[in-house]
Amino acid sequence: MALQTQLSEVEQQTFAIIEELRFREGPLLPILQGVQQKLGCIPEDALLLIASELNLSRADVYGTMSFYHEFRQEPAGRHVLKVCRAEACQSMGGEKLANDIQSALGVSWHETTADGKVTLEPVYCLGLCACAPAAMLDGDLHGRLDEPAVLELVEGVK
Amino acid sequence: MTLIKETDYGTPQVTSDKIVTINVDGFDVSVPEGTSVMRASMEAGISIPKLCATDMVDAFGSCRLCLVEIEGRRGTPSSCTTLVEEGMKVRTQTDRLKGLRRGVMELYISDHPLDCLTCAANGDCELQDMAGAVGLRDVRYEADGKNHFKMRDGGGEVNACWKPKDESNPYFTYDPAKCIVCSRCVRACEEVQGTFALTISGRGFDSRVTSGAAESFLESECVSCGACVQACPTGTLQEKSVIEIGQPERSVVTTCAYCGVGCSFKAEMRGEEVVRMVPYKDGKANRGHSCVKGRFAYGYAAHQDRILNPMIRESITEPWREVSWDEALGFAASRMQGIQQKHGKESVGVITSSRCTNEETFLVQKLARAVFENNNTDTCARVCHSPTGYGLGQTFGTSAGTQDFDSVEHSDVVLVIGANPTDGHPVFGSRLKKRLRQGAKLIVIDPRRIDLVKSPHIVAAHHLALRPGTNVAIVTALAHVIVCEGLYDEAFIRERCDWDEFQDYVEFVSNPANSPEAVELLTGVPADEVRGAARLFAKGGNGAIYYGLGVTEHSQGSTTVIGIANLAMLTGNIGRKGVGVNPLRGQNNVQGSCDMGSFPHELPGYRHVKNADVRDIFEKQWGVSISDEPGLRIPNMLDAAVEGTFKGLYVQGEDILQSDPDTKHVAAGLAAMDCVIVHDLFLNETANYAHVFLPGSTFLEKDGTFTNAERRINRVRKVMAPKNGYADWEVTQLLANAMGAGWSYTHPSQIMAEIAATTPSFANVTYELLEEKGSVQWPCNDANPEGTPLMHLDGFVRGKGRFIRTDYVATDEKTGPRFPLLLTTGRILSQYNVGAQTRRTDNVVWHEEDLLEIHPHDAELRGICDGDWVRLVSRSGETSLRAQVTDRVSTGVVYTTFHHPTTQANVVTTDYSDWATNCPEYKVTAVQVALSNGPSDWQQDYEKQATAARRIEAAE
Repeated sequence: MALQTQLSEVEQQTFAIIEELRFREGPLLPILQGVQQKLGCIPEDALLLIASELNLSRADVYGTMSFYHEFRQEPAGRHVLKVCRAEACQSMGGEKLANDIQSALGVSWHETTADGKVTLEPVYCLGLCACAPAAMLDGDLHGRLDEPAVLELVEGVK
Repeated sequence: MTLIKETDYGTPQVTSDKIVTINVDGFDVSVPEGTSVMRASMEAGISIPKLCATDMVDAFGSCRLCLVEIEGRRGTPSSCTTLVEEGMKVRTQTDRLKGLRRGVMELYISDHPLDCLTCAANGDCELQDMAGAVGLRDVRYEADGKNHFKMRDGGGEVNACWKPKDESNPYFTYDPAKCIVCSRCVRACEEVQGTFALTISGRGFDSRVTSGAAESFLESECVSCGACVQACPTGTLQEKSVIEIGQPERSVVTTCAYCGVGCSFKAEMRGEEVVRMVPYKDGKANRGHSCVKGRFAYGYAAHQDRILNPMIRESITEPWREVSWDEALGFAASRMQGIQQKHGKESVGVITSSRCTNEETFLVQKLARAVFENNNTDTCARVCHSPTGYGLGQTFGTSAGTQDFDSVEHSDVVLVIGANPTDGHPVFGSRLKKRLRQGAKLIVIDPRRIDLVKSPHIVAAHHLALRPGTNVAIVTALAHVIVCEGLYDEAFIRERCDWDEFQDYVEFVSNPANSPEAVELLTGVPADEVRGAARLFAKGGNGAIYYGLGVTEHSQGSTTVIGIANLAMLTGNIGRKGVGVNPLRGQNNVQGSCDMGSFPHELPGYRHVKNADVRDIFEKQWGVSISDEPGLRIPNMLDAAVEGTFKGLYVQGEDILQSDPDTKHVAAGLAAMDCVIVHDLFLNETANYAHVFLPGSTFLEKDGTFTNAERRINRVRKVMAPKNGYADWEVTQLLANAMGAGWSYTHPSQIMAEIAATTPSFANVTYELLEEKGSVQWPCNDANPEGTPLMHLDGFVRGKGRFIRTDYVATDEKTGPRFPLLLTTGRILSQYNVGAQTRRTDNVVWHEEDLLEIHPHDAELRGICDGDWVRLVSRSGETSLRAQVTDRVSTGVVYTTFHHPTTQANVVTTDYSDWATNCPEYKVTAVQVALSNGPSDWQQDYEKQATAARRIEAAE
């Protein structure tokens, strides 16, 4: 119904994902995940389209989306570095590691470097406690990080 | 008088046949199975501390304050989410519970400002009350840490968790600093209102109440019904009027004067100032809910445009002159008497108002019948629901809806025809949506995609988007499917209806010309959809029909009403809960004004003036002889005025110039009269042609009763003295007495006594009964001493239900090359009728002008973009307004509202009308739309004339 007018590219891509998943039970989360994966974030246009296609209110979708830190409204930097801040990593020097990374990148949590290359996110347990302190770069896990290893990691993406 | 405090039971009432007894703190209490421990305890008179629970919404169990101990159970369950079980022993206060509650409260208060003395909710804050109830004496947690309520931290840095107030809504404020995130507002928006405009964003400590997708309240989906404000236990969501004025000191239960739902409100007052209107939980029509109009849009009562002194003028070209009541009434009386002497008894008449009380309406028609000695009385119901009166009277025997609003809670299939409940009757709309979310199915017959067709969590099973004017064809096609596929309820028809007439009807309706396939060409609705809808309605369980002016305001309005009644009888959907035929009345007292004998051919109680025995009752009571000739209807009065035989009119509380069709004809009729008496709050459009203006009083300033769409007689109670000096019934009495009537009512209850004495369906209605019961639904007589919630229980009022053939006759208003589009009109949530009241409130932020909805295809053909000025032309006239391009309307159909006099949508509408009742055909006008660069000449001339006619001479 709302599709008689021209769709933007974001809406087209979102619509394809909705079409694929709408008949699943509880389709909202899989759709949000699909959009995030495809577009790197959930832009406003996508949110509005999801709401109208699933017959939900904007508040419904926003409430769900904002509950999960994984979903972002703005695109992240080209690389996303997630540093574990949970107990096991903290006991293995995670605090210092976190500070080192922040100063090496020149950003604090949830921020993206000015050149748009790296976004730094805290994460609470990567399930890699045996190799603490740990971090994840674009989905790849890195364990037993010390200062040089972290700097190398950062340099690699800088 | 004191402030009414309603008991909050914490969780909603449940109904069950099984009764369970539990023991709370040593007291036994018996409640229906499924009741929460919290509610049971409150019913035993023991209130358990709570924050996130309130009886308007389901239990949530988040605040952890309502913990109790239950013998034999581990831990301390929350009483709101724990249901009663036989023999349960509950303790609500133990050392352990005291400690837990104090700990919880301490945490709440550690993130809440301690500015109680300057907080608007001071004295009406549950957080404050609970701190008191649990004995909070100290907060051990420093507020220097992370918090939401300090704008700056100790070092002067801005606190990232703090958010500014949202003051975008004109009526209430959202102050996140005071929020305890109990979710009551979010749940009220979802469960009570059904808009889903609020959510909790974020998680954990970051959780905040958020409107829309982090928008301001005004930009979000919020419809400003006020349910969230009412649910808020703190000052977070607070009426701006309370912030400005302070807490109320007394409250009076009264009835809203907007739509036909007839919501009960507590008018909360401080002195003679209304602090706020709060929906009353014991109100049987609204059950504690409200909409933006009733809840907030009462400011017109104190608007500067309100006229408070009587005014007269020799001719309508002169400016108004403020005079004393005596002079104005003397002037009016002598003019009316002069006209009657010169032009005969029949040359004057009255128009009663559907916005005034039953008592006032009764007096106005009595003025015509007993003082003018003619039957020239009509009412604005003429232009809205007169076909309902005729159609339901013919088929069932009563001119009213069959159900109460509670009935919708038992419906399985709801058929909505030509009504837009979420805008026009919002509180009923919310109750309907609640039922739909529980699984009931919905069929919508409407040319426009109204919100009910598709809105969050609601979707219609069938939307029959017919061409305007083809209602009869569609309704008959539905009956065709039901009859031909054998889906009708034969047992019901044999028992309750006239079988021979049914046979005749079957013969008519099974004609292939009435099949969905045959009428598809006329209606534009795919035959499959019609068949699907018919099957669903016939076999889907309890089927209820709700309809509005989209049914009645057609040249075949009465036929459609008959068709609807046929559908209900065919499927056996009459005479129990969850079914029935329910007209949604436009104005607060349309039902009442019809009941009170406002029509020219009917005395009170729908009894024809030809009946000598009925006339006799009134002749004895009033000591006059009543004419047996039916009088003039509104359109006939105007025609007669143009011809020169009708010269004087008393119009109470109605703006016929703006609301009646074919504005130019109305203007010509009014201009031809020698004495037009307008009795209203404002100098409305009709007053531009008036010679006498009598200031009216608002519903806040008088006693009386309104009768809503479910025949419920609700009390209207005076909360302040009339600003104009007299209640409307007093003004009518003064006018009558100036003409020598000698009436001596001192209170509306005496008028009600006269109504009860003369009208069988009101026989047992007294103010004492209304005081005792809250409200009653007529008929209220010896057979039904407590009123009648459901009608036609064991048989129709007229005896056997009557099937009547419903031949489709196309309207004479046809599209053609010059006028290719069909215009249909309607209303919007925030505005009401001609807008005389709502335009004078902050509701204009939602709707400041009438817009023309046009389909993108039709717009593109004409080069029209969203927001362009367009000219709307019909055979009757033209006007200009801005376009709104939307696919809510189908191609070939345009839609607008009629809330603003500058647009005057009724300049365009024609004078075609219903064959039986003369109800104008507002809903179908052939029009053309073209780009334009501003208001039309007519609009500019009208504006000039209106400005000139509204001049008031400076007092000497």
